[in-house]
Amino acid sequence: MPAPLALPAEPITLFEPDRIALTDQKENSDVFDDDRRAERHVAAARPEPQPVSTPPALVELFLVFTKLGITSIGGGVNGMMHREFVTHRRWFTDEDFLSGLALSQSLPGVNVANLALWLGYRCRGISGALAALSAVLLPPAIVIILIGDVILRWSGNPVVGALLAGLAVAATGMNLWVGYLATRYACTDIAAIVLTVAAFTGCTVFHLSTLVVVAVLAPIGIGIGFLKARR
Amino acid sequence: MKHDNLLLSMLFVFTPLSLMAIGGGSSVLGALQHAVVDDQQWLTTQGFFDMFAISRVAPGPGTLIVTLIGWHLAGLAGAIVSTIAIFTPSSVLVVAVAYLWNRYPDAAWQKALKYGLAPLAAGLVLSSVFALLENARGGWIAWVVAALVALAAQKVRLGPVTLMAIGALVFCGLFRAFG
Repeated sequence: MPAPLALPAEPITLFEPDRIALTDQKENSDVFDDDRRAERHVAAARPEPQPVSTPPALVELFLVFTKLGITSIGGGVNGMMHREFVTHRRWFTDEDFLSGLALSQSLPGVNVANLALWLGYRCRGISGALAALSAVLLPPAIVIILIGDVILRWSGNPVVGALLAGLAVAATGMNLWVGYLATRYACTDIAAIVLTVAAFTGCTVFHLSTLVVVAVLAPIGIGIGFLKARR
Repeated sequence: MKHDNLLLSMLFVFTPLSLMAIGGGSSVLGALQHAVVDDQQWLTTQGFFDMFAISRVAPGPGTLIVTLIGWHLAGLAGAIVSTIAIFTPSSVLVVAVAYLWNRYPDAAWQKALKYGLAPLAAGLVLSSVFALLENARGGWIAWVVAALVALAAQKVRLGPVTLMAIGALVFCGLFRAFG
């Protein structure tokens, strides 16, 4: 069990400052420890809230996910979703939410989009999934085009150019941290360590294409996972 | 028509990236950079890094950098095609798994997926970091600042946007002094 990470994510305070419980302050932007954190959150919050019997309407789904998509900057949306859907609205049980979270982090694709798809699907089937996905993507997509156009017009300016270069490097630093958390999360035994090292060296040292690395290592990893689960 | 070819090649470039993004969009940033800068030569290295920076301070998932690239290359049609290309394959997979999950709620295959894909996510995220830093402006300064930001993220109670802003300013300072 890793030590709780101590970073209050900004989006959470943006979102609902009065409802932040002590456990929530320990949640931060990142994904790989979220399920463990959420598990602690569950332990702290007995009795478990029961989901409501009637699933939410499509419009309601769309609006809630729009809010979550547009208020998330630099990550932190998983913690927000947990509070919104499990604690406040009670659309899902903790177990439901956590299995969705685990899956949306494992499977390919953007975590937030995957989680939205999963939650939307559980509420309203395919149309729920589509409503949730478009709600987390569409408004931010429009915003990034508008912001991007303005900033890129100024990127020739030496000051703006240097700031953008600095932001890109700092964002890469955040990814380095995510990579560290992911490694700590993944490396539970020798086989997992070997797979992690193989994926890294395959891309970085041997310059294999990511497609090749994934096509070879994903079946091996899942295969080993099956053997372990059987035992 | 050239324009049609461009949209089509965007589809071919971004669709496979969708299924390679194990553990999230950060896993394929290296592959994305390689594809749009080296292979297709749609963007300069600096153009790519500018868009990467913007995608990280804008709301929503960072993978919307692909939408921005599409918009930059081919306007609205480009934005739509690139967004659909990067999100459709993984989304279909997630819904398919959600369906199977409802039908076969046996924990073994869920654990197997998690166990088998987590190391890939870790390895790919880290190799993407290396691929970006190799091409970032500032040479060694980029490596130092990235390492400091990662360390700060682990140790200090600050939000991601604040951390990135401070990191960017530190980079600018070091760049003026030594770059």
